Amino acid sequence: MLNSLVTWLPFGLSRYTGRQVLFGGFIVLALLLLPIVDSNSSHVSAVADAGYILLLAFGLNIIVGYTGLLALGFAAFFAIGAYTYAFVASPQLASPAHPDGYHVSFWLMLLVSAAVAAAFGVILGAPTLRLRGDYLAIVTLGFGEIVPQLFQNLDKWTGGPDGIAAVDQPVLFNYHFGFNPTPYYYLYMAVICICLVLLANLRNSRLGRAWMAIREDELAAEHMGINTMTAKLLAFSMGAAFAGVAGVIYAAKLSTISPSGFDFNMSIMILAAIVLGGMGNLSGVLLGGSIVAMLNFLILPQASNWAHAIGASVHSTFLMNVDLTQYRFMLYGIILVLVMLFRPEGLIPSATVRAELRESMKSPEVA
Amino acid sequence: MALLSLQGVTKSFGGLTAVKNLTFDVEAGAIISLIGPNGAGKSTVFNLITGIYMPSSGSIVFDEHAIEGLKPHSVAARGILRTFQNIRLFSHMTVLENVLVGRHARMRSAAWDCAFRTPFAQKEERSSDAAAMELLEWIGLSRFATEWARNLPYGMQRRLEIARALASEPKLLLLDEPAAGTNPAEKIGLMKLVQSIRDRGVTVLLIEHDMKLVMGISDYVHVLDYGEEIAHGKPDAVRHDQRVIEAYLGKGA
Amino acid sequence: MFEIHNCAPQFIQQLINGVALGGLYALIALGYTMVYGIIELINFAHGDVYTLGSFISLSILGLIPLATISNPTVLGLIALAVIILAALLCGIIGVLIERLAYRRLRNAPRLAPLITAIGVSLILENIMQIWKGNSEVSFPQFLPDHWHQIGGVRFDDRSLMVVVVSLVCMILLNFFVFHTKLGKAMRATAQDRDAAQLMGINVNSTIAWTFFIGSALAGVAGFISGMYYGTTFFLNGYQAGLKAFTAAVLGGIGNITGAMLGGFVIGIIETMTSGCISDQWSEVAVFAILILTLVFRPSGLLGQQLPEKV
Repeated sequence: MLNSLVTWLPFGLSRYTGRQVLFGGFIVLALLLLPIVDSNSSHVSAVADAGYILLLAFGLNIIVGYTGLLALGFAAFFAIGAYTYAFVASPQLASPAHPDGYHVSFWLMLLVSAAVAAAFGVILGAPTLRLRGDYLAIVTLGFGEIVPQLFQNLDKWTGGPDGIAAVDQPVLFNYHFGFNPTPYYYLYMAVICICLVLLANLRNSRLGRAWMAIREDELAAEHMGINTMTAKLLAFSMGAAFAGVAGVIYAAKLSTISPSGFDFNMSIMILAAIVLGGMGNLSGVLLGGSIVAMLNFLILPQASNWAHAIGASVHSTFLMNVDLTQYRFMLYGIILVLVMLFRPEGLIPSATVRAELRESMKSPEVA
Repeated sequence: MALLSLQGVTKSFGGLTAVKNLTFDVEAGAIISLIGPNGAGKSTVFNLITGIYMPSSGSIVFDEHAIEGLKPHSVAARGILRTFQNIRLFSHMTVLENVLVGRHARMRSAAWDCAFRTPFAQKEERSSDAAAMELLEWIGLSRFATEWARNLPYGMQRRLEIARALASEPKLLLLDEPAAGTNPAEKIGLMKLVQSIRDRGVTVLLIEHDMKLVMGISDYVHVLDYGEEIAHGKPDAVRHDQRVIEAYLGKGA
Repeated sequence: MFEIHNCAPQFIQQLINGVALGGLYALIALGYTMVYGIIELINFAHGDVYTLGSFISLSILGLIPLATISNPTVLGLIALAVIILAALLCGIIGVLIERLAYRRLRNAPRLAPLITAIGVSLILENIMQIWKGNSEVSFPQFLPDHWHQIGGVRFDDRSLMVVVVSLVCMILLNFFVFHTKLGKAMRATAQDRDAAQLMGINVNSTIAWTFFIGSALAGVAGFISGMYYGTTFFLNGYQAGLKAFTAAVLGGIGNITGAMLGGFVIGIIETMTSGCISDQWSEVAVFAILILTLVFRPSGLLGQQLPEKV
């Protein structure tokens, strides 16, 4: 009965069983109600910020999880998306001809920034995607270092280390988003749902199979008529486009951006998210991204407060002043090491990656 | 005009000449075998045809177009598909997905169609699914469609590799030692399979060590030794050629 | 923001500074190149072992009442002892990292150990942050320092020490790799691990020794960078490590002479960019070199082109 209803669903949702759709629907409903149930706006803001982590994780998952290419400087595309929006939606580029700078619509820029980030994905990918995996990782890392440096150094246009302030916030039918986190929360949710559908479609398409074939055996894939260069470029540019969209919403919600928000640490956090959840698997990426985001925005700040309270009662100055958020990268480091060593498939593995990684672990050490 | 035609093809790596001045034609609808001792340059010939290597000199013409120097994916798109000496399946994709990857070159869905699952993509997915399932049925693997390729026993993996290659509806199929590692019963099955592939209208170029198989199904045989063709002809003629016997058994045999 | 100064007057001076900096990068680059040569792993944590070297030296120096000693010979001997201790400890840490984090993944897909190495790097950085705090730590300048002037060029004992120590280490390493049995085992293992094993080489211990030597050199670099800059910082290893890795790639990864050459080239380019354009562009310049090298000549200046295996 349920299953037959599901077949009427659009956007390729008809692929799933009734129970899967029901479960997903339940979670969506719970999340929809959250800002109404929890009126603490800092909580809503933290959960909303999980949105850009998830979008970045989706994008990186196309590159690393589906196609098997390790990209380390992924935050560069996030930066490119954010700055593209900030340039044309703030007083930053004010000139005698345009004394107020430019103020292009947020909604239009969601698409434009995605396209700009995708274009940079092609620019970076075209010369580098033929490199071997670990060299590619380092080239993308170099790119990830250069991009924020450029935004910092080209201060004539970018505002230098201080970045760009007074970035426009979205307006929808005369409703001003402002600094209230709730509309951003719903915006992120909507965008994430759309992206999830796109990702699931890609996974089960001609292109998605080509990506996985490249991950499995690039030479054989090429011999099956797959233009591996084009497929890898598409993976790079589509992954970058997700990051571009994330950048626009991020810049709008904060209303200010600076180069320091897009450094290597950001790239690592996203990598930790998809490694933790399980590369190449959508539920895994959702879970990993949510855990990392919650650690980052809710749990560690909260734990610091608890430590301060405990410190005050036991008179430990160390505990009273400890800032646990400083050590979050230790946590990400531990996640990366432990997951790779003991559960390379992540918390929710895609069946595919599981076997691949397990199999290679089986071959004994050189004794 | 032959389907595939090699004209004076030479390939050298540094000082070593792996294939020397090789000329032969593959007529459409034939089963042609390439035999010779280990290291004779047979696999190099496949790598030259499929675009892994660029010939040092000579030309390769397929279906009236020069294909030397094309990338492997373009060669595949023009209708030459291959299998590998050591099986190279996409081991952690399902049997069906492997065959669907084989259909890649016959599908037209663009990235846009794939992401938005446009009506065109849906239609194409449906017809590809059907074609892939039909092929699996034909080759006897349909009940394993949702298994991972790596879980199949060895002989079936060989068959899957052939199905994957056939999925792109090639004009020419290159089989690189399809009988390696199979048992006698499987070999007989394989002989029948190669013949029925030809009956589907696909021309077959075969590298094989198993003489019984080669002599049993080939229309024509080319013998390589040290990168040079030393004999060619119908199986019976080649079998009794003095140079071939010498190449395999050594002089004085 | 971006203007080119007339830097001709200080050209030679910048060159000297570049050579000193380059010596430092070369020492670190050796560890990258040796490890990559033998197990094809970009040991991301290597830069942090270098920082660890300067922190360890700092702690050892803290145990010595330096202020009460004035005899320059004794101070020199203390420096030598600290270098050796730091090298030993870093070497041991390097071996431990290999044993605990990398060995299990030696046959895994190549990305797995690389991701692990990034994780180890983050862990080391945070341990050092907890250990020595969030800000720059000053490094005791206990050796007497003299300035020398030759022609119009000034340099001090500290730069001289960096160059001399790094050159001595490189000469020792070269001798070791090309003229000892263990060095031969390393080269054999780098060529073909399975064949080396069949020839009776203990591959595990050879790899462990490679990590030991590479990390020990990073430890030496940690000490001399502390002496050279007078400060150290828990995140130093990230940037320095990336630059040293760039040096290794530029020289031809896996190639020991290449790593030294690359180190000096990168050091000079960095000081020249700082001197002639501005500090803030030096990093962009170095990473641009990294990308351009990998794109246009992935085998580096001295490496040979290896065909991809089909």
